[in-house]
Amino acid sequence: MDLAVFLVQCLNAVQYGLLLFLVASGLTLIFGILGVINLAHGSFYMIGAYLAYALAPLFAAQSGGGFPAALAIGVVLSIVFGYVLEWVFVSYLYERDHLQQVLMTYGLILVFEELRSIALGDDVHGVAVPGWLAGSVPLGGVMTYPVYRLFMSGVCLLVALALYAVIARTRVGMAIRAGASNREMVQALGVDIRLLYRIVFAAGVALAVFAGMLAAPVTSVYPGMGNQVLIVSFVVVVIGGIGSIRGALLASLLVGFVDTFGNVLVPQIAGVLVYVLMAVILLWRPEGLFRTG
Amino acid sequence: MKFRRFAILVRQTSAWRGWPLAVAVVALALFPHVGGSFYVDLVLTTMILSIFALSLELLVGRTGLVSFGHAAFFGIAAYATALLSPSSQPPSLAWLLPAVVAIAALAALAIGAFCLRARGVYFIMVTLAFAQMTYFVFHDTKLAGGTDGMYLNVKPLLALDGDTLVDLRNPRTFYYATLVLLVLVYALLATIGRSRFGHALAGIRANEQRMRAAGFSTYGYKLAAFTLAGGLAGVAGFLHAVKDGFVSPEILAWHQSGAVLLMLILGGIGTLRGAVLGAFAFVLMKELFQSEALFGAFAKHWQLPLGLAVIACVALMPKGIVALPTQLRRFRAPLLHAG
Repeated sequence: MDLAVFLVQCLNAVQYGLLLFLVASGLTLIFGILGVINLAHGSFYMIGAYLAYALAPLFAAQSGGGFPAALAIGVVLSIVFGYVLEWVFVSYLYERDHLQQVLMTYGLILVFEELRSIALGDDVHGVAVPGWLAGSVPLGGVMTYPVYRLFMSGVCLLVALALYAVIARTRVGMAIRAGASNREMVQALGVDIRLLYRIVFAAGVALAVFAGMLAAPVTSVYPGMGNQVLIVSFVVVVIGGIGSIRGALLASLLVGFVDTFGNVLVPQIAGVLVYVLMAVILLWRPEGLFRTG
Repeated sequence: MKFRRFAILVRQTSAWRGWPLAVAVVALALFPHVGGSFYVDLVLTTMILSIFALSLELLVGRTGLVSFGHAAFFGIAAYATALLSPSSQPPSLAWLLPAVVAIAALAALAIGAFCLRARGVYFIMVTLAFAQMTYFVFHDTKLAGGTDGMYLNVKPLLALDGDTLVDLRNPRTFYYATLVLLVLVYALLATIGRSRFGHALAGIRANEQRMRAAGFSTYGYKLAAFTLAGGLAGVAGFLHAVKDGFVSPEILAWHQSGAVLLMLILGGIGTLRGAVLGAFAFVLMKELFQSEALFGAFAKHWQLPLGLAVIACVALMPKGIVALPTQLRRFRAPLLHAG
């Protein structure tokens, strides 16, 4: 493997890892703060990708090929959707045990998949990369790297930084951190915990939908795409430690590198490698790399 | 008043508690003589799923371990059945079934050794991830046909001195063999429930720390339960492979693990009859929503009503069908008092 190939694979690994982080951070936040194990989280990713497919023709005339407009609309829709879903469904899961949460959100996956099938069919769709991001940059003479993937990594990194800033530096973030470690105390101090939960859930949904919309031009859009991401996100959460954003970031990048280089170096067993990584981490640290609370 | 005391007495004796089971077994045994072949096949499928659900009940209901990866052992056993069967000569049931069950149990021992290091919600996620790993082993590698799956050429039989005793190629024989295995698995789990081992597992579910303080090596007990549950899931996987004559990676998919958990909660967690009832309820529900006679073209989208039904069932009757009479009685009681 020469340097240019190595560099390209590193970029791919970072890009995949960061994308995974957007999904896994929502999953880990929702579990860490709301205490809900949400199997339907992968469905939000799937919904995001189909949203990108469905919205693309509507905004094609806008500036930037309509891509920024579609992203913005998608994020607004997903926040509203997440807010309402927490209100009408997820809020009823708080007092239930994990098994019931698992099964009810599993039922939700079936519902989302079929609604998607009814609305948009079961075909695989491609989503065009927006024109202004379609080129590629030269890399070490012979290799080139698509601009869109660089753009993806950049955007994901910005979102990760923004997430960190919100959680570490703002009052809402303070309430979120406090809510993760002691729910009753936060409530006693006068924070509206129900509103906080609604915000966290909506943010988690928005992150996953945003990830799906970003990924759509690269991965294409297909039924069941959310499940694959969901399970890898679980691996990320287990490795990183439940409720830890920092852990999720580190674990996503770790999984990104292992998966990408596994596919290059040992393609026969690449599918299994991520789980082997998880097993090794589990032997070393049963509660994940960063355990909170 | 006198009658009531009598009723309580009858209810307390084991004869009373046993008769619904006996009736169920007799009904299942008589069913092939009255039901159409489609329904007999459906009941056969359900009995296999019942064994699968019973094996998970040992973990979820008895020990309090929510495994979301139980399909792995079902699938490993089904693949082992296909891989171990020779291509022409029918294999003997006498070695094939024990071998398959042993393989599933060994896989459960290995996977359980890792998973049981995790607790609570971690355990759910880790079992899911390991099951997904075994899915990829069969899906990605050419070990057993990859995504295409593989066929089981000849079905096993049991022969003694050249006389064929049990020939699973005969559908009727296969039905009764499955029924016998279901009864055996049920009896085994009922016996375990009353044994010291079973009580230790129940203790772990109630309070693991206290059990450890009382001197029980809880990890060892949990691993034993996980291994046994894997082996029993292997019985179901074996029957599934022999019935269909075909295995594909889909039988290891996480939807299967979700479905079997669903059966447990539908029937009622914590009882053996709940697992069996849940399997029947699940298959009936699926058949109902897939029925084109009822739903027409919408039957294609059967997962939508199934998903909604799952949510409704878990929300409204979290203790399952088994607890439904009590739930209804409690619902009616205030009305009676008011009247």
